[in-house]
Amino acid sequence: MTALGKLFRTTTFKLTLVYLTVFALFAAFLLGYFALNTRRLITEQITDTVNAEITGLSEQYRQGGIRRLVIVVDERARRPGSSLYLVTTFSGEALAGNVTALQPGTLDTPGWAETSYRRLDEAEDKDKDHPDHHALVRVFQLPGGFRMLVGRDLDERERLYHIVLDAGRWSVAIVVILGLAGGLFVTRRVLRRVDAMTETSRSIMAGDLGERLPVAGTGDELDRLAVNLNLMLERIEALMLGLKEVSDNIAHDLKTPLTRLRNRTEQALRTGGSEAEYRAALEGTIEESDGLIRTFNALLMIARAESGQARDGMIEFDAAEIANDIGELYEPLADEKGIVLTVDAGTPAPVKGNRELVSQALANLVDNAIKYAEPRDRAAGGASGEIVVKAVNEDDRVLLIVADNGPGIPEADRGRALERFVRLEQSRSQPGSGLGLSLAAAVARLHGGELTLADNAPGLKSIIALPRGGPVQIAG
Amino acid sequence: MRLLIIEDDRDAADYLVKAFREVGHVAEAAHDGEDGLARALDTPYDVLIVDRMLPKLDGLAVIGTLRAKGIETPALILSALGQVDDRVKGLRAGGDDYLPKPYSFSELLARIEVLARRRGGSKEETELRVGNLHLDRLSHSVRRGEDEITLQPREFRLLEYLMQHAGQVVTRTMLLENVWDYHFDPQTNVIDVHISRLRSKIDKGFSQPLLHTIRGTGYMIRDGAR
Repeated sequence: MTALGKLFRTTTFKLTLVYLTVFALFAAFLLGYFALNTRRLITEQITDTVNAEITGLSEQYRQGGIRRLVIVVDERARRPGSSLYLVTTFSGEALAGNVTALQPGTLDTPGWAETSYRRLDEAEDKDKDHPDHHALVRVFQLPGGFRMLVGRDLDERERLYHIVLDAGRWSVAIVVILGLAGGLFVTRRVLRRVDAMTETSRSIMAGDLGERLPVAGTGDELDRLAVNLNLMLERIEALMLGLKEVSDNIAHDLKTPLTRLRNRTEQALRTGGSEAEYRAALEGTIEESDGLIRTFNALLMIARAESGQARDGMIEFDAAEIANDIGELYEPLADEKGIVLTVDAGTPAPVKGNRELVSQALANLVDNAIKYAEPRDRAAGGASGEIVVKAVNEDDRVLLIVADNGPGIPEADRGRALERFVRLEQSRSQPGSGLGLSLAAAVARLHGGELTLADNAPGLKSIIALPRGGPVQIAG
Repeated sequence: MRLLIIEDDRDAADYLVKAFREVGHVAEAAHDGEDGLARALDTPYDVLIVDRMLPKLDGLAVIGTLRAKGIETPALILSALGQVDDRVKGLRAGGDDYLPKPYSFSELLARIEVLARRRGGSKEETELRVGNLHLDRLSHSVRRGEDEITLQPREFRLLEYLMQHAGQVVTRTMLLENVWDYHFDPQTNVIDVHISRLRSKIDKGFSQPLLHTIRGTGYMIRDGAR
């Protein structure tokens, strides 16, 4: 497709053409109407003037006979800008007036007529082709055989008519030219931006997910579209990145236990030994595979939460109830480890979401807190660990907070702690898939909220913030 | 107990048939949905084990058809889909229990036995008894011999569930599902701690323990004297 052909096929250009036609037609109609009406109005004015003069002159004739009429007509004919006058005898001999060269026979029939004429004071040798002006005249039969002609020049009327007509032509032409130019300009502008978007999307399709659509910053509809598409791209990029990370991590964190599993079985086979040894090896194998399954399930759960699928099953539930339930579920475990777990969730905190996933997210946080909040000087019988689980209403959000007084996480490491499989150095010794926090973060994101890690001075404070009304769709 | 395993993976089906026979049950396998449905319609099994995804006829459709024909044989759905809404779908289609793959045989066995038993006496008794342990569902009170035992509400429900299935192995996930209504893996064995608390309340000071740990599987409440 040629550049021009592309231009003509755009919606903008087609719209321009439609508007152009409509406006041109409108302008033509308006000016035509104006021209015709002006003409009619002038004709009417002429008729009125002529009629009045004839009435006046007839009166003069009635009062003072032909002599007085001739004097009056002569006097009037000499005024500048005067009407046209001619008084003749019945035989057609001119007695007074300022016109000549009338169309033959004009004087024969009384009444209105349009005729060509020449003023007496005009030079005779005028161009013979257009010697004459045009006039609207009325011929009046006077008693006594005299005839009187009164008229007005029509040139003015024609001139005005043509001025208006010309104006009409010009305005239509200007409308068309300006409209086309404007249309082309706008179309090219829009086309350029759409082309830029197309270009970018092509390179995105070709694999460069980092590209973004250009935003002109004018806040118009194309910008809004571009901004929304960019948000979408960001989401896609994040998902792709997540996917890549997951596959990398799966490769690493699933292969390690798989290798261990294989080694263990192999070794049992190689060294042989008693039945008890075989049994121990097999039990180890099962344990190892259970761990693998657990990791795998957690990964699937995160993937599901991140893909947004679980948004379907969202219902209204009380986050305070969840805090109480999870607190109750973990309290004995904490107690056994010498940690005091208390729940502070007295007031209902209704929120819309996936109850099961939020429960699991909170359970993960509590589980983490129990793992890491172990009393530092337990051996010495000193201060015991403390965990507080809270459900708090804050503006239009509900916060589920798990605060411990363990070693906490240094600020620099907090962002990393939310990543999949990351287990910070000091916690390597603890069991777990390292997915607890990332699952909690994924669940928070699924609900349009967030998971933040803060300093509990001392200890860690994990906060799941959920918008009360559930995830909000990005508005356009 | 007579079992029908409808599972298209022949290795898995053979393994299950063998394993169930070893523990003394009669087990047969069908390898596609149609065959499974025909057999289930034919023979009065005690429990059906139905894979979710089957050739010819989907597992949920098999159960749905059976239920539509008025056959109420308890059915356990095995599925690689382990999410909560998949479970809900399975139970809504007429399944009685749902076990995501991969599962351990002891877990499956425990669930199957509970399902088979439920068929016999699902009537709600107001008082449960195991040995000299009494649980009154109406007054929410628990007694062992002459001693009144005070339990937290959750401990009461835990004990209630165990006593309902007295003599049967109850796994940790079964407890988590039925007593706490959670379907996720709590990573740490929180259930064990709850059990040990319960145990200290009902068994402490008595020569005859009632609450037993079944190694590698779960727990069982049983009157050891018998």
